[in-house]
Formats: sequence, structure tokens, C-alpha cells
Amino acid sequence: MSHPMPLFGSFSLLLALILCVYTLFSGTLSLWAISTGRALAVAPERLRETSRRAGIASFIAVCCAVFAIGWAFFTNDFSVDYVLHHSSRALIAPYKFSSLWAGQEGSLLLWAWLLAGYGFVLRIRHKADITLHAYASTILSAIQIFFLILVVFVASPFAIVPGGIGPADGFGLNPLLQYPEMAIHPPMLYLGYIGFSVPFAFALGALMMRYPGEKWIHITRRWTMVTWLFLTCGITLGMHWAYAVLGWGGYWGWDPVENASLMPWLLGTAFLHSVMMQEKRGMMKVWNVWLIFATFMLTILGTDLTRSGLVNSVHAFAESDIGYWFTGFLIIIFAVCLFTFLYNRDHLRAENQFESLGSRESSFLFNNLVLLAACFTVLWGTLFPVLSEFVQGSKVTMGAPFYNRVAVPIGLFLLFLTGVGPLLAWRSTSLRAIRRNFVLPCIAIIVTTIVLMIAGLRPWSSDVRADDAVGANIYALVCIALGVGVITAIVAEFLRGANVVRTQTGKNLLESTILLTRRNTRRYGGYLIHFGIVILFIGLAGSAFNQSKETEMGFGDSIQFNGYKIICQSYSEDSNANYDSQFALLDVFHNGKKIIRLTPERRVYFVNTDHAQPATMVAIHSTLESDLYVVFEGTNPDNDKPIIKFFVNPLVNWIWIGVVIIVFGTFIALVPPLKPSTRRVEVTSPHPATGLGAPGLASETWVGGAAKLPGVPHV
Amino acid sequence: MYKRSLQILLVIFVAFTMLGASSPSARFNRLGHNLMCTCGCSQILLECNHMGCPDSPGLIAALHSQIDAGASDDAIYKSFAAKYGPTVLASPNRGGFDDVAWIGPFAFLLLGIVLILLLLRLWQRRQASLAATLPEIPPTPETDPLRQRIRDETKYGE
Repeated sequence: MSHPMPLFGSFSLLLALILCVYTLFSGTLSLWAISTGRALAVAPERLRETSRRAGIASFIAVCCAVFAIGWAFFTNDFSVDYVLHHSSRALIAPYKFSSLWAGQEGSLLLWAWLLAGYGFVLRIRHKADITLHAYASTILSAIQIFFLILVVFVASPFAIVPGGIGPADGFGLNPLLQYPEMAIHPPMLYLGYIGFSVPFAFALGALMMRYPGEKWIHITRRWTMVTWLFLTCGITLGMHWAYAVLGWGGYWGWDPVENASLMPWLLGTAFLHSVMMQEKRGMMKVWNVWLIFATFMLTILGTDLTRSGLVNSVHAFAESDIGYWFTGFLIIIFAVCLFTFLYNRDHLRAENQFESLGSRESSFLFNNLVLLAACFTVLWGTLFPVLSEFVQGSKVTMGAPFYNRVAVPIGLFLLFLTGVGPLLAWRSTSLRAIRRNFVLPCIAIIVTTIVLMIAGLRPWSSDVRADDAVGANIYALVCIALGVGVITAIVAEFLRGANVVRTQTGKNLLESTILLTRRNTRRYGGYLIHFGIVILFIGLAGSAFNQSKETEMGFGDSIQFNGYKIICQSYSEDSNANYDSQFALLDVFHNGKKIIRLTPERRVYFVNTDHAQPATMVAIHSTLESDLYVVFEGTNPDNDKPIIKFFVNPLVNWIWIGVVIIVFGTFIALVPPLKPSTRRVEVTSPHPATGLGAPGLASETWVGGAAKLPGVPHV
Repeated sequence: MYKRSLQILLVIFVAFTMLGASSPSARFNRLGHNLMCTCGCSQILLECNHMGCPDSPGLIAALHSQIDAGASDDAIYKSFAAKYGPTVLASPNRGGFDDVAWIGPFAFLLLGIVLILLLLRLWQRRQASLAATLPEIPPTPETDPLRQRIRDETKYGE
């Protein structure tokens, strides 16, 4: 027992695997017995319960394994190969914990842990629908088995270094990961990524058991929203990290790993929209089931692509044999989904038909098409280098210029639908309603376009911004104008509803708006999400006007850049146990007034080793209008002066604000709405019209204080 | 009046959009943003930000010299692709199979739109024939409030 903790961790993972295998087999057997009415030696219901408990126990076992690896990190146990390669004595405590997901083995353990966590919550909440949850739990255990097999037999995080005795210090954590957001971004992203296993399990389970009614859709939708929220946060944190750490002035590089996270987000978004069609009108059942299947499969495909080394990625843990396992798993998932679908497809017959092109249903159809097209574009762009190598014998690069030209028009179409969709009624929209709902947004779009042009945004005039393509300016103009149109439509919807509430209740406009939102959290939460998306899009459009300048700056040197005056007050060097650094102190003036002192920094980690690694600490002065983004690129070897690169990135803050609004809107949409409640009121005099209401007690429906007369139909 | 307003709008639009002239540095920046650094950093050539990059200064110099020599965009791309391999181009633009990369997503979208329109038409026809076979239920005092409620609830959104 020379390595008790790693041994404990390995044993815990093995135990978790055994428990999951038991969950799968006992769950399958019990559900089969229940559905066919066959008798077993043990009552099927009891067997099903043992399956559920084994699933819960598997989560505890995986927690023990995570504790064991955490212990190894915090006690600097470099006899554990994974700890040796991803930690060092100088690493501060929070990063020792985040080292857990810094490499292949640890990130797979994180995956297994979070999946087990989701399974735990699902199994705890089984009383919502015991049989459906049992199906979902069993399916989830099958997925868990795959990941546990990986961490037990293929990529164990508890492998001991050859000889069993580790060196005095570890190789350290990748400096790019030594950033606060990196302690949150991967778990958040994984929560989103892995979370799609749960809606998948529910959808597959509901199809297997030929679930009557649409309750499973309600359960699945909530899980999908939570998962989608995590994925949104995870993607955004990654964007912010890239922006603040990588120092190239951007936040999205269309790297395959980034693409892999975006694809399930797009399909998940499509599902969240089309699922409403099934809830409201019993339509698109086949489509919804395949959307959620495809979303889950994309999470596995994305992992496969980036971990197999099939496509080049700047992210770590690319190129390994583990891709074959994911490919095999993907094939099995697809086969199971296809078989289940073919076997039960008659259960997915639509209950209604489309009636009009100008309806909410058709807008959802187009919305789904556009989201699917966006997802296809990302997948196409990710896989095309492989296809090109196969056909032409040479790989090609699918960089930002490709996505900017292809994905941006699709995104604008989506933005257009974001505004149009909610203004259309279910089944059919009358011409009068179209005119009433669309006049204001259209006026807003036209006015915005003219104002922007007058303000200087002239797409065909390249002196707007000399160093960018004309196309970007056109897209930016269209995006901002459309965005304003969509915001107008959303505000008009809120005001229209709030005015009705105000008339009913006599509350002021703000209170009426809050009450309106509380009454229909899904609808108005959805509008808030749309609002956030628009703000985000406007922020993205700002990138069309980015400017940059690179210069050497000695003591007292100053430059003028885009309205800022920047003076280099000093530059120096520093050193600590973890890294050496060079930095400059820059005073920034705007309109003759000093607004901030920025300290761009360049660090070199593992200085005295053969794997010294530089990292950038960008200095950013953020305003609503633009970011002044300053990078310490290095020093001129001839005169030791720092070389500083300045960027002015307009509207970047709008992206982060947009995401905050999206998160807020999603929370609102997840909150149960105010339900009409009954209260007892005393009726003091007979109502003249109905003759009812002799003194006594009557039951009254109450919605936010709006009193209704008994006998009069309540709408 | 309506026509007149449209004409004025059009004139304003054309006047503002056609103003301005091209800048000489725009071409260098555009081309530089369509090329990749070849050092393995996976960055756009003009965005490669690490000091001492072995490749980007040479690539930038080559780009400058080709622009100064008056080479066309296409010729510059071809020469870079021939010298550094096709991965130096930030997007596939050599023609031939490279065009498939651009056509693919739009073909997908177009096909989807056509399919949706066909489906909608088919479903509309089905709905119309179904409606024709169903007898119309005359309104009664019992169903009137219900109809009104349905109308109200389906008026907007959900």
C-alpha cells in the first residue's frame, strides 16, 4: 500500500463501474418485466428501486475518486503521473483543483463525475414520474459505463509513474490555464455538454416506453434549458478567457474545440423552440426526438473530433487513440436511436397539421432550419479539411474568413426570425395583426439604418475603416438595424401586455410588466433571452470596426490612438516562484483627462526548465462604447523597449451584457408562472346582472388581483 | 405620397452609401487577414501576436513585395499556396473542389427552405381537404363563450 490514495481512487472508479453495470442490467430487466407483465424471482418494482439506488451509489463512488485525485494534487503526490504532468509545488491552491481538468485523463474523470451528478439528481427526483425516470436512469447508466470504462481501463488518472516514485516537483500547469476563469469555464462547459445526456435519456426512454401524452416533453424541456444555460455560460466564459488571455484581440477563433461546443448549443436552441410545437399543437414529434438525439450525438462527435486528432486544434489533449472509443460509442448510440425510432415510429404521429405560412408554426420551422444550417456550417467547416485531404490530397484551413462569409448571413437570417417569430400567432396570423405588429419594428429598422449612415457607417465607403472588408461593414449595418427592429418588437410586446395588466389591476407600468412576466414566465423569459441575443449580436457586429496599432514605447513615450493619448510611465521586470514577468505602466488619457493606468504584462512560466512557456496578461479598459485592449508583446532586443500592441474593439461589452441578459431570461423562463389561485371572498350584495351573491362565502378565481364575477366565463 | 417617400428614402440611401473612396492600405490588410501564419499558432497572419515568430515577418514581407509588384489578389493567393501549402490560405479559395466548401452550407439552407415550402404546401392542401369533409358546427349559446375564449387565447403568442 505505497500509494493508498491513488489505489482508493482506482478502486472507487471500479466500484462505480460495477454499480453502473448493475444499474443498467437490473434497470433493463425490471423495466422489461414491468412492460411485459412477466414475473421475476424478485418483484420488478423492487428490482427497479435497487437499480436506482445503485445509480445513486455510483455517484458517491465517483465523488470518492475525485476526492482521491484532489488529495493527490493538494499533497503534491507526484508519483501519480497525471499530477506530475499537470501540477507543481508553486501552483496556488485554486489552480491545483482546476488541474483536475487540465489533461485528457482528468477531463474524462470530470465528465464521469458530472454525468454521475446529473444521474444523481435525476434519480433523486424520480417521483415526478417513476417509470420514465427509471428508463432515463437506465439509459444514463449505459452512458456512464462508457466513460467509466475509459477512466478505469483506457485513460486512468491514477496511473503511477514508472518505478513508483515521483520526482521532487511536477511539470506544472499550462500557464494559459492559470487564470481565474479557467477554474469555472471547463466545469460550466462540461455541465452543458454532459447535461444533454439527460434530455437524450428522457427522449429515448419515452420513445422506448411509448410514453403516453407530452409530460416527458415538459420534464425534458426543463432539463434542456438548464443544460443550455450551462453551455451558454461555458461558451461565454471561454470566449472571455480567450479575449483576456490569448492576446490576439478576439474572442472566437473558430477552433474545432470551440466549434464542438457551439454545435450542440445550436441544436439545443433549435430543440427548445421546436419542442413548443409539440407541447402546444402535438406537432413535429419525430423532428424533436431526432433533434435531441442529434444534439447528444454532436457532443460525442465533437469530443471524438478533438480528442482523436482528426482535426487540428490549438487546444490540449488532441491526438490520441481515445478517438476510436468515441467513434465506436457514437455508432452504438446511433444504432440504438435508429432501432428505437423505427420500432416505435408510429407513436410519433403528429396530431395537427400546418395551416398557414404566416403562423408561429412556420416561423419555428424556419427557425429550426436556420439553426440547423448554422450547425451544419460549423460542422462542415470543421470537417472540410478532412474531406479536402481525402479528395484533393491536401488539407485546407477553414479560418475566420470562411465563417464570416458563410455563418454571418445565416446568423442575420436568424436574427430576423428572432424578431418575426414571436409576432406571429399560432395556426394563422391575420393581415391586420401583421400590420399592427410589424409597423413599429420596420420603422425602427429604417430609421436606424439612416441614422447609422448619417453617423458615418457607410458600407460601400472603405474610408469608414480602411483596414477591413466592405462586407463586414454591410453585415454590421444590417445586424445593428435588424437588432434595433427586434428590440422594438420585444418592447412593444411587453408594453402591449403590460397595458392590459395595468387596465386590469390599476398598477403602474413597471409593476404591470413584472406581473405580466410572472404570469407567463416562459413567454416573457423567452423575450428577455431574445433581447439578450440581440444585444450579443450587436456586440459581435462591433468587431467589423476593430482597429489596432503596434509600437515600441520607452520611458515617457506617448501615442495618439483612436481618441486616446497613451503615455508609457515605466516598464520593468519581476519574478516569483511560479513565473518571471515583464510589464509596462501606461497612463491613458481621453479628452485631456487621465482615465486609467493600464499594466499589460508578459509572463514566462517554468523559466529554468526545457519547457519554458510565455503567457500574456492583457490590460483592458472597458466601456460600453469600446474596449482599449493593450498587449505587451515583448521587448525589442536592440534597445530593450517594450513592444506594445493596442486594439480598440467596439461594443465588446455588449456581448457580455447580452449573455447576462440571456442568463437572467433563462432563469425567468425556468421559474414556474403565477398560477390562478382560488380564494374565498365574502359577497356582500347580490350582483344585479346575475342575481347571485347572497351574503355568504363564494369561491373566486384570482389572477394577480383581477377580480372576476361568478357566473361570467373567465378568460 | 407613399411613392414619393420611397423615392426620397432611396435617394438618401444611395447618397450615403456611395460616398467615400478606397484606401491604399486596405488591400494589404484584407489580404493579410485572408492568410494564416505558418508557425503553427493557427492565427491569422496579421493577428499572429507572439514575439520572435519565425514565419510571420517573412510572410508579411512577401505579401508587401507582391502587392508592390502589382500582383492580383488571385495571383498572390496562388503564389502563397504554392510556396507554403494550401493551409496558408485562411479559407479555401483555389477554385475546383475548394468551391464546394462555400457552396455546401448555402445549398443546405436552400434545400431546407425548398423542402419546408413544399411541406407547408402539402400540409395546407391536406388541411383544406380535411376541412372540406368536416361539417360546420353552428354556433350555440353554449359554444360562443368558448369560441371567444379560444380566439382570445390564440390571439397573441402562446
